[in-house]
Amino acid sequence: MITKMTHACVYVLNQDSALDFYTNKLGFKLVMNVPMGKDIRWLTVSPPEQPELEITLFPVTVGNMFNAETAKAMTTLVKNGTFGPAVFSCNDIYATYEELKAKGVEFTKAPKEEFYGIEALFKDDSGNWFSLSQMKPA
Amino acid sequence: MNKDLKSDQYPKIYLYKRIVQAKLFIDNHYKEVIDLNNISDEAYFSKFHFIRLFKKVYGKTPHQYLIAVRIENAKVLLKKEVSVSEVCYAVGFESISSFSGLFKRIVGKTPSIYITEQMELKSQMLNSPLDFIPGCYAEKSGWMKK
Repeated sequence: MITKMTHACVYVLNQDSALDFYTNKLGFKLVMNVPMGKDIRWLTVSPPEQPELEITLFPVTVGNMFNAETAKAMTTLVKNGTFGPAVFSCNDIYATYEELKAKGVEFTKAPKEEFYGIEALFKDDSGNWFSLSQMKPA
Repeated sequence: MNKDLKSDQYPKIYLYKRIVQAKLFIDNHYKEVIDLNNISDEAYFSKFHFIRLFKKVYGKTPHQYLIAVRIENAKVLLKKEVSVSEVCYAVGFESISSFSGLFKRIVGKTPSIYITEQMELKSQMLNSPLDFIPGCYAEKSGWMKK
């Protein structure tokens, strides 16, 4: 049976910029930053309280993973905010919202009470969108 | 929303901004000697009220949070092979013994052992990265052939 998620992939347009965004703005921890060839690194970060989950910041560049046509299409899709890869949780959404806004993170939805908890939406530096949620106690 | 922050005295978002500003002040000034009394003054709270609200939001008192930020930044520097004494002062501690003691209590090992372990891990990652990368990504990226 499946027991847990260890790696997830977020496609980014620039690994340097993504590293800055995820560590300095979101406060994630850098786990791996290893050169794997020209213009590509194996770059992973973890949420501060979830070191067992590595989020791979994978570049949308032409190479073995993407041919030129796919890379171009992926770049457009990422930029346009097509992908919403994950939901992040926090203990206090209003404080987290204020902090991330102060650091320049772009929100597309301010915290709002929903039936499942309080949710806000923000974008990373590439265009991927994420939910920031404070779930209701079970 | 945190019930303690539902004060009739201030609009709730104003309270959050004050607490967040105090947290960001610690994030940005942890290297310096920080007088937490000044932070509560700047946040326009009484010291007791400030500490209580800060702990409600972040789960730690401002002092505990400052120590945690210093230790986390110490870990980042130690991973870069900066010496223990340099790291101690670079992150705002004034005594190597108190830094080492706090580090061991929080991280579970001394700064020296932490450096050794991190260097070993870094070396393994650089020399054998495929031991750390899920095979599916490595294969699709064409790294398995190398």
